[in-house]
Amino acid sequence: MASSETHESNRRDFLYIATGAFAVVGAASAAWPLIHQMNPDASVQALASIEIDMSAIPVGQSITVKWQGRPVFIRHRTPEEIKISQETPLEDLKDPVARNAGLGGDVDASDANRVIQPEWLIVVGVCTHLGCIPVKNQGDYNGWFCPCHGSHYDLAGRIRFGPAPENLLVPKYEFIGDDAVRIG
Amino acid sequence: MSQLHGEPYQPKSGFMKWMESRLPIMGLLYPTAVTFPTPRNLNYWWTFGGILMFCLSVQIITGIVLAMHYVPHVSMAFESVEGIMRDVNYGWLIRYVHSNGASMFFIAVYIHMFRGMYYGSYKEPREVLWILGVVLFLLMMATAFMGYVLPWGQMSFWGATVITSLFSAIPYFGDMITQLLWGGFAVDNPTLNRFYSLHYLLPFMIVGVVVLHIWALHVTGNNNPTGISVKSKQDTLPFHPFYTAKDGFALVLFILFFAIFVFYTPNILGDPVNYEKANSLVTPEHIVPEWYFLPFYAILRAIPDKLGGVIAMFASIGVLFILPWLDTSKVRSVSFRPLYRQFFWILVIACIGLGYLGAKPPEGAYVIWSRILTAYYFLHFLVILPVLGILEKPRLLPKSITESVLGNGDGDKAESKG
Repeated sequence: MASSETHESNRRDFLYIATGAFAVVGAASAAWPLIHQMNPDASVQALASIEIDMSAIPVGQSITVKWQGRPVFIRHRTPEEIKISQETPLEDLKDPVARNAGLGGDVDASDANRVIQPEWLIVVGVCTHLGCIPVKNQGDYNGWFCPCHGSHYDLAGRIRFGPAPENLLVPKYEFIGDDAVRIG
Repeated sequence: MSQLHGEPYQPKSGFMKWMESRLPIMGLLYPTAVTFPTPRNLNYWWTFGGILMFCLSVQIITGIVLAMHYVPHVSMAFESVEGIMRDVNYGWLIRYVHSNGASMFFIAVYIHMFRGMYYGSYKEPREVLWILGVVLFLLMMATAFMGYVLPWGQMSFWGATVITSLFSAIPYFGDMITQLLWGGFAVDNPTLNRFYSLHYLLPFMIVGVVVLHIWALHVTGNNNPTGISVKSKQDTLPFHPFYTAKDGFALVLFILFFAIFVFYTPNILGDPVNYEKANSLVTPEHIVPEWYFLPFYAILRAIPDKLGGVIAMFASIGVLFILPWLDTSKVRSVSFRPLYRQFFWILVIACIGLGYLGAKPPEGAYVIWSRILTAYYFLHFLVILPVLGILEKPRLLPKSITESVLGNGDGDKAESKG
């Protein structure tokens, strides 16, 4: 008798575990739509790319355009600004990675890896610290300065000083003419 | 230890007898809220629990009314709040009570928390009561933060951006989590919508945890200014009428204080930049949170590393959860702890200092002082409290609460017999 009791309790244990596991899977699959609904919806995703005519931006000026709800800085750099950026030693950079969505991977943050054409710097204008919009032509490196927590970016949008951990993100973009780009 | 009870309820009318044998709700409430045995020596610092219940009720009632007029959409939110201020009958009053009510709620909760620290109310056997209080504090912070986003002013928008971006510091999953919170690639309409939904939900979660908080209180009973436990019935008084009267008087004074803000300086605690509509392309010169978050904001900015700052900020609240075990002294009240008394006030000054620094720009001496005070804050909890309990020689404790009130306790015997 003892052995048959053991047998019965084993079978019941199995049923408990199987039922419990089934309920956990069921609860998790019911929870997923409730979590995933919070992710960007189709209308937000649809704004994935924009085209910009840059012919009206004079040398030394910059504009801000809105892409995916975030500002993108397009800066028409002067030859001196390009020269300063290209001659910056890589060991002076706080974040050594290019952060270029078009290149990906671990390429270094040299100026060449931050732009497609040196005169056009295109970066997402969101401070990599806590998301404020940096102010142009300010800070110790005359690039951008974030007023929230004091991050200084240089003329290639690279973090040089302050709490921000990464360089300003370079979005994926391509030239669709001499002075026009498609971002995204 | 089972639940403390006062004199049980005796139904007198036929209807109440009929009711009590079906739903004994008076049988539950009477001994816990009317005859509940309360230490006879509670001072006015103990009135803030009741004041906090009042604050929560005011926020829920005014909030439900405001929700009847508010529109949670980026193109309408700011205008609908202005509509409440200008067009809705008494809308200005209801909104000013709600927005200043948040500040009053935090004033009361900070006093309540520091009272708990001063008199050692978090110590055995009240650890769970204290932890539930810290949970309530976190829920209050989340509710206040989301509520501040709803008017969709510049500070609403950028405050939301900075605080949600804290989560981007989490390694690997950071960006996934911020996109999930935003419902997009930046703070936008989906964010406003969900914050509105959660801002309506969280106060009711607070109500639920308040019930647990009071339940836990009614198991251990109140602490008191001497910190020594209730030993006999003559150490206590029934909650009603003694403490309903005392709480009521304190509440009237608190309402007067509240009214000064609502009627005379309704915007002094807010930031004028929030009367500018949200603009996702321009960050205000100087982002500051509401005053009640400033000490934590100062800790966040004191650490020159993104993840480190976020960890330090959350740890500054997390450390409160383990406070009952960090304080090694068996003596509860500061009255009998000469050294802890000094360190308590230094901590209060450090917290006020951090609050001051949180409102200043992150540069020069402000940053250095933020670092010193942040280090001191953690030093207090993680080093001073554990060591002090071992080194400090406490003063002699009185034998009972009654003795501490009346000398040797003789004078009270007539009363307890009568």
